[in-house]
Amino acid sequence: MRHATAQQPIRRPQEAASIRPATVQALTFQAGGQTLLDGLDLALDRTSTTVIMGPNGAGKSLLLRLLHGLLTPSSGAVRWNGRAPDRAVRRRQAMVFQKPVLLRRSVLGNVTYALKVQGVARGARRTRAQAALADAGLAALARRPARVLSGGEQQRLALARAWATRPEVLFLDEPTANLDPAGAHVVERMVAEIKDRGTKIVLTTHDLGQARRLGDEVVFLHRGRLVERSPAQSFFDQPQSEQARAFLSGDLVL
Amino acid sequence: MENFASAFLAAFELIVGFDPELVEIVGLSLQVSLTAVLCAGVIGLPIGAALGVARFPGRQAVIVVLNALMGLPPVVAGLMIYLLLSRAGPLGELGLLFTPTAMVIAQTVLVTPIVAALTRQTVEDLHAEYAEQFRSLSVGPVRATATLLWDGRYSLFTGLLAGFGRAIAEVGAVIIVGGNINHVTRVMTTTIALETSKGNLELALGLGIILIALAVLVNAAVMSLRGLSAQATV
Amino acid sequence: MTLFKRLGFVLGAVALAVVAQPIDRAQAQDDRYIIVQSTTSTEASGLFEHLLPKFERMTGIDVRVVAVGTGQAIRNARNGDGDVLFVHHTPSEYKFIADGHGKRRFDVMYNDFVIVGPKDDPAGIAGLDSVTKALTKIAKSGAPFASRGDDSGTHKKELGLWAQTDVNPRQASGNWYRETGSGMGATLNTAVQMGAYTMSDRATWLNFGNKKNFEILVEGDPRLFNQYGVMVLNPEKHPHVKEGMAQAFVDWLVSQDGQQAIANYRLKGQQAFFPNAD
Repeated sequence: MRHATAQQPIRRPQEAASIRPATVQALTFQAGGQTLLDGLDLALDRTSTTVIMGPNGAGKSLLLRLLHGLLTPSSGAVRWNGRAPDRAVRRRQAMVFQKPVLLRRSVLGNVTYALKVQGVARGARRTRAQAALADAGLAALARRPARVLSGGEQQRLALARAWATRPEVLFLDEPTANLDPAGAHVVERMVAEIKDRGTKIVLTTHDLGQARRLGDEVVFLHRGRLVERSPAQSFFDQPQSEQARAFLSGDLVL
Repeated sequence: MENFASAFLAAFELIVGFDPELVEIVGLSLQVSLTAVLCAGVIGLPIGAALGVARFPGRQAVIVVLNALMGLPPVVAGLMIYLLLSRAGPLGELGLLFTPTAMVIAQTVLVTPIVAALTRQTVEDLHAEYAEQFRSLSVGPVRATATLLWDGRYSLFTGLLAGFGRAIAEVGAVIIVGGNINHVTRVMTTTIALETSKGNLELALGLGIILIALAVLVNAAVMSLRGLSAQATV
Repeated sequence: MTLFKRLGFVLGAVALAVVAQPIDRAQAQDDRYIIVQSTTSTEASGLFEHLLPKFERMTGIDVRVVAVGTGQAIRNARNGDGDVLFVHHTPSEYKFIADGHGKRRFDVMYNDFVIVGPKDDPAGIAGLDSVTKALTKIAKSGAPFASRGDDSGTHKKELGLWAQTDVNPRQASGNWYRETGSGMGATLNTAVQMGAYTMSDRATWLNFGNKKNFEILVEGDPRLFNQYGVMVLNPEKHPHVKEGMAQAFVDWLVSQDGQQAIANYRLKGQQAFFPNAD
């Protein structure tokens, strides 16, 4: 983060204990009589970037939402340093959706809104928001209505908004799925910088290259089950499971 | 067709002549209907927003009733308010019958369901889009509702406009509770009714043309606002 | 500030300015007004516009006329919604007083009813002296007749006249006898369009602007006499009645000044109402 790094190290003086690391125990989610996630056990450490991979319908986005507390598990539990992902925990996390949800207001207004919700003082909001927009290369667009931005700009804005709140954990659901290569590149660079500032990143992606570039570890899901979990390097070089091998070679569709 | 020509002529003469009685009548029409829309907004926006966001048993029934009330016949609304405000009625002590205040109340009754129902629709649609983001940001229900109302402001404006259209155009309610008293409760629609009953059809139609022109003007003004801000509403 | 915002502010300011005006000007003037429940014929004929300014100038009392059918005016007054009742159906007026709703009733003025119809006069009633004979001929011919059908003074009068014939028009309701359920003006509009005969008070007819090929066919039968009466609502029954101001208005109407003012009123060059207070 070019401008912010020097001026704004991550400070969370008001926060007592960190919400990291996280554990997931026997996490199960059922809907419409179907078991969509089935008995997941998982531990997420404090800083490394976790990439959730798997074919369509594997339950990647679902896992992300359960981790963030947007959905309540049917059974099993998600614990962030021992705490369920309630409002207080979610406040120290952020999520960027595949299709970014932007408010019908200016680019700047979208960021200051998130800061306002977080209880950031009025005077500080603007400065922080503008810094976040500068980091995202959106400073010149601050006054534009958010919803006329291009797809790439919208995704960067969503990311800037998430980053402005200085989350300990950032969830990204297919952050570049709808972007052209140039747009995807900018987003990846932003994600890498956010990680470098000490934020735990959890993302889903279909893009193998992206997973290689950003991921420290890979969690591979198939049909709602955790099939494999490996450091990124070994996952791509020597996948342990049959399904992961098939997936990486492009044979595994469902 | 001759009638129409002379009606336009009558309208033209009324406008150009800046007839003081016409100015008074138009002024009262605008004042009563705008005030009613304001009141309906104050009542209908929160109700609609709450219905759009909250989930509770019987909600669907409330929505059905609300939507049905959009078609409440003005005469019925007028009659209800008449019975309420009549000296023989429960609020008779206030002495509000046959005053512009009574007309505002009656039109508020007519407009509130429109505002509430359209607000409910707008807020519910928007909420479907924003819900996850709200939860992610841990936005509380009150702030969420305020955000939805603000972000839906252009659609809500259209709802208020629809309400204004209903209010300014209705005659059934205001003639009952207002009494069409000259210089006191006489508005455009009751004047049109009166002139029609006098057989002054051209004058009545001329007034009708002015009423339509007024409605077009208000709509155009609001639409130009929407147009200028269209980018923000995409 | 964007253009949009600026425009929005201007519009909002205008709307607020309109809304913020005191909506009831006269209320501000210390309630110096009375409400008169009256009939469409007095309002639509323009009589009140002629009379009221004179009274208001003299006394500073604002007279607010609610012009509806006599039946509705009496019902409104029974509910206590008004200070003065000024209508034209004497039996109903006495009943109103007998029921304790009104104080003393005064004759104010009269005019008369007329039977109007299309110039070609399919029932052949033009020039008849007897209104009952005319009604009977209309019924026999099957030519349409438009009735107010709204329990107004005129409607009551018309039914009273039918009762003096052998015809029961209600049996022909929807056939040649057509009840509009509307005020005099609306009924005249309907009658003109349908080519139907109808009965109107003379004043409304004189002031009616959409006569087309219609004209007065029967007039002058003493039974077509149309008496107007006025009374203050009984404050014992309706405590809010502004008795002083209301009585002042009634007293003025039956005074020499008021009676002269009524006599002076001309509609299309003709005297519309004839004062006859005691």
